[in-house]
Amino acid sequence: MNNGADKIIRLEKIVKSFDGEQVLKSIDLEIGDREFVTLLGPSGCGKTTTLRIIGGFESPDSGNVYFGGKLVNHVPPYKRPVNTVFQKYALFPHLNVFENIAFGPRLRKVSGPGLTAKVQEMLELVNLRGFEKRSISTLSGGQQQRVAIARALINEPRVLLLDEPLGALDLKLRKDMQVELKNIQQRMGITFVYVTHDQEEALSMSDIVVVMDNGQIQQIGTPQDIYNEPKNAFVADFIGESNIVDGAMIDDYFVAFSGKRFRCLDSGFAKNEPVDVVVRPEDVDVVSPERGMLTGVVTGVTFKGVHFEIIVDIGGFKWMIQTTDYVENGATIGLYIEPDAIHVMKKSEFSGMFGDYSSFSDELEHLSDVEEPEEG
Amino acid sequence: MTVNRTGQEKRAPRGVARSFLQRFAAAPHVVWSVLFIIVPLLFVVYYSFTDREFAFTLDNIKGVFTARYMTILLRSLKLALIATVVCLLVGYPAAYFISRLSPRRQKMLIMLIMLPMWMNFLIRTYAWMVLLQDEGIINGVLEQFGIGKLRMMYTEGAVVLGMVYDYLPYMILPIYSVMTKLDIRLVEAASDLGCNSFGVFRKVIVPQSMPGVVSGLMMVFVPSVSTFYISQKLGGGKFYLIGDAIETQFNANNLHMAASLSLILMILLLVGMFVMNRFSADDAGGGLIP
Repeated sequence: MNNGADKIIRLEKIVKSFDGEQVLKSIDLEIGDREFVTLLGPSGCGKTTTLRIIGGFESPDSGNVYFGGKLVNHVPPYKRPVNTVFQKYALFPHLNVFENIAFGPRLRKVSGPGLTAKVQEMLELVNLRGFEKRSISTLSGGQQQRVAIARALINEPRVLLLDEPLGALDLKLRKDMQVELKNIQQRMGITFVYVTHDQEEALSMSDIVVVMDNGQIQQIGTPQDIYNEPKNAFVADFIGESNIVDGAMIDDYFVAFSGKRFRCLDSGFAKNEPVDVVVRPEDVDVVSPERGMLTGVVTGVTFKGVHFEIIVDIGGFKWMIQTTDYVENGATIGLYIEPDAIHVMKKSEFSGMFGDYSSFSDELEHLSDVEEPEEG
Repeated sequence: MTVNRTGQEKRAPRGVARSFLQRFAAAPHVVWSVLFIIVPLLFVVYYSFTDREFAFTLDNIKGVFTARYMTILLRSLKLALIATVVCLLVGYPAAYFISRLSPRRQKMLIMLIMLPMWMNFLIRTYAWMVLLQDEGIINGVLEQFGIGKLRMMYTEGAVVLGMVYDYLPYMILPIYSVMTKLDIRLVEAASDLGCNSFGVFRKVIVPQSMPGVVSGLMMVFVPSVSTFYISQKLGGGKFYLIGDAIETQFNANNLHMAASLSLILMILLLVGMFVMNRFSADDAGGGLIP
């Protein structure tokens, strides 16, 4: 990333603790003008705290926050050129839709026909024409969300902060809103900083994804980078499904795992360096045992609609593989892996923690999906 | 997880038959209400519309609407209104201040506010007499500073003071309770949209605390308007209130007149409460009556 003037926000060595527990451990982050940047990570990773520090609702214990090159550590929220769409909206229940949206402009003494026109424009932007007089309590979650977005955008902020804005919506509505938010961001031409724990949401909306865990940034990159070239086992596991196996780099472009040698596209490791090898479930071809580079026994088959998800035991390590061909539970199958399907990562603190599907069950996966949205 | 997707609290589905246990649990309250609230109320109405021979008459009711009782009623309303406004002016900032403190200090201060309520109400009123008397403690201190004696007992001010002192906790507690439940995200949202701290107070905290203010107003006004003891002791009987009038009639064994006065006062209060609730429901999105 370049250090040009197109960086609108810069965080420098931000540290923050709550009750003696460090939730941010030296965060360095630059956010470019007009970018859609997503802070992605599991509950308690520090993403919301980072957002709140940008918004001015928390101040860092140490480190600096810059807006357009100016230090803003001690600038209160109401003087920052940002607006926030809060988790669960935080609309004013004593005001109707019009007055909620007009809240910011009224503080700047905008009133009369000018204000009405502006509010109308915002209502149209979020597809809520005709809702002016409605009281907040009569709106659905999706409608409240739109009001919250309109209430923030009417102030024409340079940066819009969004804290898990779609977390309370059902899946279908969430998908629609994702597309809408992306459209709004492009039409308004402003920077969005978006917090979510939903990796799919992050991949489909963002220009840049910032993967966080444990109060640290694990990787910054485009969605493709993050998915195809994860830096460590945490990122590989958190973004999509991954089989992560122990391996050794025999030489440039050759890696050994599961007792076999494979051609790969990675280089620059020491000879015989222990590594983590990532293979995505959709990148493995199921073939007959004779043609397989690896062979294993199918121990579980789940129909997912578009594909089957099968669990294959290869030398005691359980792989997840997505295939459109039906295979029978208990069958011995061969696996074929193209060189570009193999991604080699350096060993990290996360090695060995993720990427084995031996305890995998659909039920567990479902439970972990509906986690509480984020720390305070 | 009990939080559903829209973030609303779950409600029991309508139309579900109440269990036996639920009915059973309500029984003592129902019996109590009928015996000690509904039946006595009916007696009040019955006595209001009858004479000593228990024949129907409107004389008692007409008697209330005479210059004598109207003067007393207006005086009661005036003093109670002043006391209520003073309670609001003192209680609101106090409640706001307390709600901003650490939970430990909040507990301590709320305790201090409730402490006088645990003392007998007569003793509290007598204590004020000791303080306010011509030869009392306050005048003693004032004399030390060369300020002459002030006449404090047996004034309207003393009566209002007694009301404020006795009923202030009923103003502070409901407002405090609403303020501690105030959604901090609304404060943050207002601040995010450009409010400084005074703006946040005016545009979010005040409107959000209206339900607490409304219950506080009623909880102070209702006992203030019907008090008789405070006006007798601190007012020296010079400021005869509607409560005193009811007591006098009662002691004179004129239960029918006492009942009529009570009934009219009750109707006035009910109308007042209804208006207040309507007002607050429109304004703040929630009063006491749903």
